[in-house]
Amino acid sequence: MKKIEAIIRPEKLEPVRAALAEIGILGMTVTEVSGRGRQKGIALQWRVGEYRVEFLPKVRIEIVVLDEDVSQALNVIVRRARTGERGDGKIFVVPVDNAVRVRTGEEGERAI
Amino acid sequence: MVDAGDTAWILMSAALVMLMIPGLALFYGGMVRRKNVLSTIMMSFALLGLVGILWVLYGYSLGFGPDIDGIIGKLDWIGLRGVGQEPSDSYATTVPHLAFMIFQAMFAIITVALWTGGVVERMKFGAFLVFSILWFTVVYCPVAHWVWGNGGWLAKLGALDFAGGTVVHINAGMSALALALLVGPRKGFREAEPMEPSSIPMVMLGAGLLWFGWFGFNAGSALTSGGLASSAFVATNTSAAAAALTWMILGWIHRRPSSLGIATGAVAGLVAITPAAGFVHPLAGIPIGILASLICYHCMLFRAKQGIDESLDVWAVHGMGGIWGALATGIFASVAVNSAGADGLLLGNAVQFAKQVAGVAAVGSFAFAATWILGKIVDATVGLRVKEDEEVVGLDISQHGERAYGGTLP
Repeated sequence: MKKIEAIIRPEKLEPVRAALAEIGILGMTVTEVSGRGRQKGIALQWRVGEYRVEFLPKVRIEIVVLDEDVSQALNVIVRRARTGERGDGKIFVVPVDNAVRVRTGEEGERAI
Repeated sequence: MVDAGDTAWILMSAALVMLMIPGLALFYGGMVRRKNVLSTIMMSFALLGLVGILWVLYGYSLGFGPDIDGIIGKLDWIGLRGVGQEPSDSYATTVPHLAFMIFQAMFAIITVALWTGGVVERMKFGAFLVFSILWFTVVYCPVAHWVWGNGGWLAKLGALDFAGGTVVHINAGMSALALALLVGPRKGFREAEPMEPSSIPMVMLGAGLLWFGWFGFNAGSALTSGGLASSAFVATNTSAAAAALTWMILGWIHRRPSSLGIATGAVAGLVAITPAAGFVHPLAGIPIGILASLICYHCMLFRAKQGIDESLDVWAVHGMGGIWGALATGIFASVAVNSAGADGLLLGNAVQFAKQVAGVAAVGSFAFAATWILGKIVDATVGLRVKEDEEVVGLDISQHGERAYGGTLP
């Protein structure tokens, strides 16, 4: 099992969710986050002049999938979240030791 | 002789000016960081309580009571003694004396509330209350007497101030600057830490309430409900509109037309027309408003460049906007609009302009110096500023034990 953590543009959340649903990935956890990468921050207007905000709003999607589904899921996310501009985000894949479904107590791959 | 129409309008105007105080609280509260929203709003609300009491106990008598050498009123009217349902002999003679008194009370409250914008996010609440009592007594009441009191020396000199350009705005603006210099900059200010406004929609709501209430402030200052009130009303709206547009365009030239900018411009235009509203033709509101934004905008840039943390620009908007308004009164005034006024520079009367300069210089320097001395006294005794860790955690928690916006749990 692997956890895919995708940090993407907020407006790409819905296209990515829909595309993941098409390949059978329905469950996910979504968090509003702020961060910075090559896009850097943004200058906002004060009463006169401006001030800089160094972190921009992004959305983080967390999904846990079977090892064999990882590359397909990554493809879908990249295809739907990409604009080609700086600030499209980043995806991390990390190993998962175990999973438990709270309702039934099922463990491992059956729980995801 | 009590006039029903005048009385209705003055009481309504007093209520309109009262609404400016929570309006100002929202205007300021939206511009500070999330952790200091309530402490900023609290200052204005605390003054609704504090000055609301001090005014009826002794403030009105100091400001408007029988004159002592043009400087201050006698305490003959202490606790509203002799201030009743009949009109006064000297002020607003067509409305009950009590109606005039409560109308003036709102001006006293909002003037104290205005300078709080200079010291938000780091002034200790207790010290703020102590300083407010001193400032109200030693600065506001005398200046109100000089300009509006029967026998006040600036009134006798002939300096015109229709609704409070000097008494309210220059007074508060210069005091905010002095107090901000004493209290010192917010932690992180010199390191250019972003002081992100907590809620610009709240600023816009506050600006809207200020604009609305300002009709009571300026048109109410006619103290009658007829033509003069109408003329001041139109001048007020015209100046606010011209200034709002001008600031929006200035921001656009720089980069974007911002909502914070248009709100600030509207307030600058309202400030500048305040002393002039009932002395100038309503269309004079256009040049007065345009120049108000040009002047205040550049004063704000100048203040920031100096590295002075007069946080919400009370000096730039109210102090300098008020000075422009007082001088503009000396330029555009016309006896054809108000026979109790005077002709200004444009009608060939340079003397009136000089009188306006005298009023500006006297009130501006007195406010700055007196605030400096009072501030030093409070700093040496109570201490003006919160502790560093109290400032870091925010004044909402450290001074009031509250937070403006609830947590993430239900």
